[in-house]
Amino acid sequence: MNNSLLVVVLASGVLYGTPLLYAALGELIAERSGVLNLGVEGMMLVGAVMGFWAVQRVHGGSAVALAAGIGVAALAGTVMAAIHAFLVITLRANQIVSGLALTIFAGAAGLSSYLGNDLDLAGSPARHQFQEIWPKSLQDLPVVGPVIFGQSILVYASWLLVALVALYLTRTRTGLNVRAVGESPAAADATGINVAAYRYVHTLAGGALAGIGGAAFSLSITPQWVDGLTGGAGWIAIALVIFSFWRPTLCLAGAYFFGAFTALPFALQSHGVTVAPELFQTLPYVATIVALVLVSSRAARLRFGAPGALGLPYVREEH
Amino acid sequence: MRIERRLHQPWWLVVVVPVVSIVVAFALTALVLLATGHAPLHSFRRLFDAGFFAEGALSESVISATPLAFTGLAAAVAFRMNLFNIGGEGQLYAGAITGATVGLLMAGAPSPLVIAGMIAAGAVGGAILAAIPGLLRAYFSTNEIITSLMLNYVVGLVLTYLIFDSHSYLRDTSGFEASVFPQGKILPDEATWSAWTVNGLVLPLGFLLAIGLAVCVWVLYTRTRFGFEVQVIGDSARAGRYAGMRTRRKIIAVMCLSGAVAGIGGASQDGDFRHQLDPRGLQAANYGYTGIVVAALARYNPFAVVLVAFLLGGLQNAGFTLQGADFPAGLVGVMQGLILFSALGGELFVRYRLRLDRGLRTATTPAPELAP
Repeated sequence: MNNSLLVVVLASGVLYGTPLLYAALGELIAERSGVLNLGVEGMMLVGAVMGFWAVQRVHGGSAVALAAGIGVAALAGTVMAAIHAFLVITLRANQIVSGLALTIFAGAAGLSSYLGNDLDLAGSPARHQFQEIWPKSLQDLPVVGPVIFGQSILVYASWLLVALVALYLTRTRTGLNVRAVGESPAAADATGINVAAYRYVHTLAGGALAGIGGAAFSLSITPQWVDGLTGGAGWIAIALVIFSFWRPTLCLAGAYFFGAFTALPFALQSHGVTVAPELFQTLPYVATIVALVLVSSRAARLRFGAPGALGLPYVREEH
Repeated sequence: MRIERRLHQPWWLVVVVPVVSIVVAFALTALVLLATGHAPLHSFRRLFDAGFFAEGALSESVISATPLAFTGLAAAVAFRMNLFNIGGEGQLYAGAITGATVGLLMAGAPSPLVIAGMIAAGAVGGAILAAIPGLLRAYFSTNEIITSLMLNYVVGLVLTYLIFDSHSYLRDTSGFEASVFPQGKILPDEATWSAWTVNGLVLPLGFLLAIGLAVCVWVLYTRTRFGFEVQVIGDSARAGRYAGMRTRRKIIAVMCLSGAVAGIGGASQDGDFRHQLDPRGLQAANYGYTGIVVAALARYNPFAVVLVAFLLGGLQNAGFTLQGADFPAGLVGVMQGLILFSALGGELFVRYRLRLDRGLRTATTPAPELAP
C-alpha cells in the first residue's frame, strides 16, 4: 500500500516541496511589502553552502549542529538580501536588475561556488542530516504514515510557519501595515508608517527564509554540497508566489504540487514505467505558465493580483 | 543631507559614474579576496593577463564576447520598451537547435547559402520561443518575466533530451564512442562560419554580425517610426494607446525581435565555435543571464552593449583559462555581480544628487506681511 505510486509521489512531493515552501514564503513576505527579489536562487545557494559548512564544523550533537546549520543559513540569506534591500530601498535601483545581479553574484558560478571551494566542502557527505522524528510504527501506517509521519522537523516547522505568516498578515497590526506598504506606500507613509523600515525588515526576513530553504537541500534532500545544488528551485519559488496569489496557505498546496512533479519521474521509473525524465521535468514549468495565464484575467487580477506597489521604489517627494 | 532629483544631467557624469563604479567593484572584489586569504593584486594580474594581454588572449575573449553581445542586444531591445525578456537563455538554445538542424539538412549546398540558412533558422527559432511570452503578455497581461524564465528551463530540458535521451536527428548515433558518450552530430564543413584575421586578432563572423545588428538596432530605435513608438509605449503604455499606437502588436514584435537576436547568437555558437549541438556547453555558460547584466551595464545602448560584452567576455575567458586548483572558482561570477551592484548604486548619482543642507532655508525666511 505504502509503496503505491500515489503514496510515494505524495510523500516525496512533501519532501521536495519543503525548500520551495520556505523560499516562497520568504519571497511572499518581501513582495507583500512591495519588494520584488529575483535573487532567491542566489540566496538559497549561499544559505545551502553556509548551512552545510556550519554542520560540518560545529562540534556537538546532531540537534545542536543542525540548529547551528539552520541559523547560519538564515543569517547568510539575510546578508544576501541586505545587498538587494540597500540597493533598491535606499539607492532606488531597479528591483528586477538588482535581483538578477544578486543571483549572478551569489549563484551557481558566483559566491556560493567560491565559498564551497574555499571552505573545501565538496565531496563529503553531511555529518548530520534531518531525520524522520516519529517512531517506525507510526511511519508504517497506511498512506498517512509516509506522507504525514515520515517527515523531518523541517516539514512540521514549515507548517507552523505557514500558519504564523497567514495570521501575521491578516490578524496583526504590523501585518496589516505591511500590506498597506505594499499596496500604497504613499498612503501608509501618510498614516505615519515608516515605509523604508518595513521594507527592509521584510526583505531581510525573506532572505533568511530563502537561506533556510537552501539548507533544506544541503541538509535534508541531498545531504552534501555540490555547485548549483538547488537546480533552479529559487526560480520556481518566485513562480510559486504568483501561482498562490500571494497567499501563504495556497503557497503550501502549491509547493507540494510542484514538489510532486519533481518527484514523479523517479517514482514512475521505480514502478517500471520509463519516460524520458527531461520531458517530465518540464511539466512544473509549463504548469506555472498555464497557472499564470489562468489568473491573469482582469477579474482574477483585481481579486488575486500582485501588491499594488510591487517593484516600485518609494520616494516621498515624488509621490 | 538630502537626496534630490537632478534637473539636468551633466555630460561628464555619464562617463565618470561607470568608471568609478568599476573601480569600486574591483575594490570590493579585493576585499572578498583578502577576507578569504587570497592576494588580490596577484589574482587581478592573472585575470587581466589571461583575459586580454597574453598571446592570443584577445581572440579568445572575442569568442567569449560574441554570445554575450547577442544576448545583451536581445535584452536591450526588449528593455527599451520596458519588456523584461529574461528568456535570452532559452531563446539562444532554441536558435542553436534550429540552426544546427538547418546546418545538417543543407549539407552539400554552397557554404554561403548554408550559413545564411543557419542564421535565418536561428532567428526564427529564437523568435518563435520569444513570441510565447510576447503573446501572453499582449493578450492576457501575463507577466513576461516569469513566463520567459520558465521557458528557459523547458528548452534547456528539451536540449538535453534531444542529445542524451532520444535518437533524434541531431544526435550522433554512428560508431561506438557516440553510443557511450552521447553528443551532437558534427556539422558539415559548409556549415562552418568564416572568420577573418586582422593583425593576429581573429574576428569570427558571429562577432561582426553582432556589431552589424547593434547598428541596425540603433537605427531602428533612433531613426524610425517603429522605434519612436516603442519608446513612447515603453515610457507610458497608456499614452501610446491614446495616441493610436498598436500596443499589442508592438509588444509581440519587440519580443520576437529580441528572441531573434538571441537565436542568431545560438546559431553562431553552432557555426562559429562548437560545430555541433552541444547541450552541456551551452547550459554551463549562462550566456542569457549574463547578457542581461551586459545590457544593464550598457544602459541599453546597443554600441555600449558590444563594448561591455567584450569586457565581460574577457573576464569570463580568463575565468575558464585559469580554472584550477590555485585560482578561486566562482570569482568571475562574484566580480560580475559586484560590477553590476556598483553600477546600479552609481545610477543613483546620475539621476539624483546629494546636497548637504543645514535645515531648510526657505522655512526660516519671514512670511510676507499681509496687506492691511
